[in-house]
Amino acid sequence: MSQAVMKTFIGIDLGSTTTKSVIMDESSRVIGRGITNSRSNYGTAARVAGEEARVDGRFTLFRRALTESGVLNGHLGEFLAALERSFRVEQFSDQLNDLERTCLGQLKGGRFAALESRLQEALGEAFRRLRDEAPSLYAPGAKRKSDFFRDIAGARFYTHAEAVARETGFPYEVLLNCYDKSIIEVENRPPSGGLNDHFRRALARVLAVDDAIVGQAAGDVRQVIEESLELELEESYLVGTGYGRVTLPFSKEHIRSEILCHGLGAHLMYPRTRTVLDIGGQDTKGIQVDDQGIVTSFQMNDRCAAGCGRYLGYIADEMNMGLHELGPMAMKSERPARINSTCTVFAGAELRDRLSLGEKREDIVAGLHRAIILRAISIISRSGGVTNEFTFTGGVAKNEAAVRELRKVINDNYGDVSININPDSIYTGALGAAEFARRAYEGGATPEARP
Amino acid sequence: MNATTAAPKTPVKDVEKDASMQKQKAMMAAHYDRLTDAPQTGAKVCSTFVPGNLNELIGCFDLLNNLPEVNAIQNGLRRTSGQFVLEAEKIGHSEDVCTYVKSDIGMMAKGNLAPNGRKFPNPDVLLLSYTGCFTFMKWFELLREQYKCETIMLHTPYMGDGKVTPNMLEYMVKQLKEEVIPKLERVSGVKFDIDRLRERLKKSAQAEDDLVYVLKSARNRPSPIDAYFGGIYYIGPIFGAFRGTEDAVEYYKFLRAEIDARLAAGMGPVTPEGDMGKEKYRLVVEGPPNYTNFRQFWKMFYDEGAVVVASSYTKVGGVYDFGFRHDADRPLETLAEYCLGVYTNRNLPMRIDMLTNYLEEYAADGLLINSIKSCNSFSAGQLLMMREVEKRTGKPAAFIESDLVDPRYFSAANIKNRLESYFQMIEQRRAGARSAA
Repeated sequence: MSQAVMKTFIGIDLGSTTTKSVIMDESSRVIGRGITNSRSNYGTAARVAGEEARVDGRFTLFRRALTESGVLNGHLGEFLAALERSFRVEQFSDQLNDLERTCLGQLKGGRFAALESRLQEALGEAFRRLRDEAPSLYAPGAKRKSDFFRDIAGARFYTHAEAVARETGFPYEVLLNCYDKSIIEVENRPPSGGLNDHFRRALARVLAVDDAIVGQAAGDVRQVIEESLELELEESYLVGTGYGRVTLPFSKEHIRSEILCHGLGAHLMYPRTRTVLDIGGQDTKGIQVDDQGIVTSFQMNDRCAAGCGRYLGYIADEMNMGLHELGPMAMKSERPARINSTCTVFAGAELRDRLSLGEKREDIVAGLHRAIILRAISIISRSGGVTNEFTFTGGVAKNEAAVRELRKVINDNYGDVSININPDSIYTGALGAAEFARRAYEGGATPEARP
Repeated sequence: MNATTAAPKTPVKDVEKDASMQKQKAMMAAHYDRLTDAPQTGAKVCSTFVPGNLNELIGCFDLLNNLPEVNAIQNGLRRTSGQFVLEAEKIGHSEDVCTYVKSDIGMMAKGNLAPNGRKFPNPDVLLLSYTGCFTFMKWFELLREQYKCETIMLHTPYMGDGKVTPNMLEYMVKQLKEEVIPKLERVSGVKFDIDRLRERLKKSAQAEDDLVYVLKSARNRPSPIDAYFGGIYYIGPIFGAFRGTEDAVEYYKFLRAEIDARLAAGMGPVTPEGDMGKEKYRLVVEGPPNYTNFRQFWKMFYDEGAVVVASSYTKVGGVYDFGFRHDADRPLETLAEYCLGVYTNRNLPMRIDMLTNYLEEYAADGLLINSIKSCNSFSAGQLLMMREVEKRTGKPAAFIESDLVDPRYFSAANIKNRLESYFQMIEQRRAGARSAA
């Protein structure tokens, strides 16, 4: 019997901050989504986001198959959450092993030679502690600052290495140095071993501790998962978009402008969309689409990224806060400050000046949110105004204070308009790209061979 | 060093030019030599602007014509305008001032060297014959301050109502008779001879016929010319120092034959990267180009198979394709009509009509506007024009932004992004139209 194959269509959106990937099936249904930080290496970012989307896609297939089989009635959500946590531990451990091997590889000859045996011992101990605590990092309800390996492993490695250094008297800097020299290499390498092995080991771990799934049920679950894993996800066609698209080794046929992708993506999410606003890391786009999601007009910020996502990032840095804390702070404001300039470079000066005048932090931050929305509205009006329905996408759409201002300004200028904000709005561009891939394939395009 | 980094970069290809471009280059070089030789030959120099230039009249007084905008463009193309703009800002001109002006002021401060490396002569007279751009007036005030020479101002009324009235003509002819001609006689020491002017006007009309033939050749598929990037070469002689001369007559005859040959061979335009491949998009472009990254800008079109079939910029020194020709039988009136009719002196509805007409006459896929950061005179109203043209033609339009000669305002990634989006938008709409059909 030949292996079952499912055709899939991949959209990759290489943004300035994050890289997103969406996998879709032949009937335009999204199977999986993946996101990673763009780093300085778009090739790696595209690969990692793609793999994340494939992992997510497998979970979608598990869910579908398990729902259909009915073996886990009432327990499905809990089981899948446990399986995912367990899978993440598998992946994390695998990358930790890789990191340890890479660190040890640094010892061969060269500057660490004199310290080799002691360093090997100290590193071994730090990694043993990291591995031991790995399951707790992914325990139910555990909070992680980030889901990216580098962020999690980095923070924990520093803690353990410092403790080991203190206990053994081995120089901390040498351990750090060893880590720093290895992390980029590891980060840019996909986890070794097949994904399927990780899924199988993760499943075994879950079944071993889950008292609700025993005997026949465990066997059934194993069989359903195994059958899902047998299904090959064929990458039938891929389309890349976003700022990094030109750096990818794709031919023109595999590349679409992010303006078209955002327009189409917003249309797929909300078919009645006619105006799309996207505020990304370094650009703001106002896009008009027709009833087919075809772009009829667009405007973008020119030359200068004033008032884009980076502006808020910069303000957060200036205030020594997390980006996600800005919105909630602005929501507390009762009298937003009037701020006209959206120049990112001047924002710091403006902020300090107003603080020194005694203005409240929340009022200033609320004023800054309003300023970027006003700038965005100016771009939209240049693109042709707002026509019902209106869809807001991009990283800034996650910021509640920005959304509040936007609703207000849209209402003042264009009256009663439906404003759509999708929880998955960050994937809008990748979604449009995936649909372009599907259509290209449907239209007879054949994918090129890629390295 | 490893092998990959040591590998030589792909050498930049030499710019491809056809014979008319070489001829035009030689004409320009000869003109710069005439200008920089002026102190030795004793020739007198008249500085004036491209729109509404009175080249036929200037020639009647044996004056050499020096065009500060053309000098700024040369400095943009040669990549020296950036330092001149900075120099002007150092002197005190603000960031938002017209960058032609700043390039000129900076060039004067840095030795005032012509492209041939020799010093420009000081002008003997400043002739301001077009007033549709108020910055021109301020620019000449700055030059007057610098050179303390005779200044002549011919006031050209703006075509705010979209037409030339008998009063306007009368007003301008009166100025020509009472102001312009007497002052030019005084400065040059040459007596005005109206028959000499008629001779020159005849030559202008001859060259204008051939220019229009060349511009209209873009109605063919594929178009044998690019009417924006290539068009800038074609307008050089007639907008610059050569209109009304035998040189211009010859150049346009030569150019016309060259374009005929391309047409007969079914060829597209020549570009710096070589012959244009398949013509995928036909565009109408409004607004000046960017000169500091001219080749890079053009290549963005070349790479996508986009050919400009008509442009408004190639009409700033005279609109000939709707029938106007210099008329030797009405020498002064024709000069007035010419000044009044240049593209930038036309009101917004007239510009909209022209662009709409181009989109239809040249069967273009859409309109592209390159909006110039430091030129409010050109840019004000462009978005309104764009919406109206879209509405009338149903064809997609797009908007990009750059500058004339300030390299700081050319963001290649940003412009490329918009252009690619625009081309894909046209493609997508074509596909939509096909599937609807």
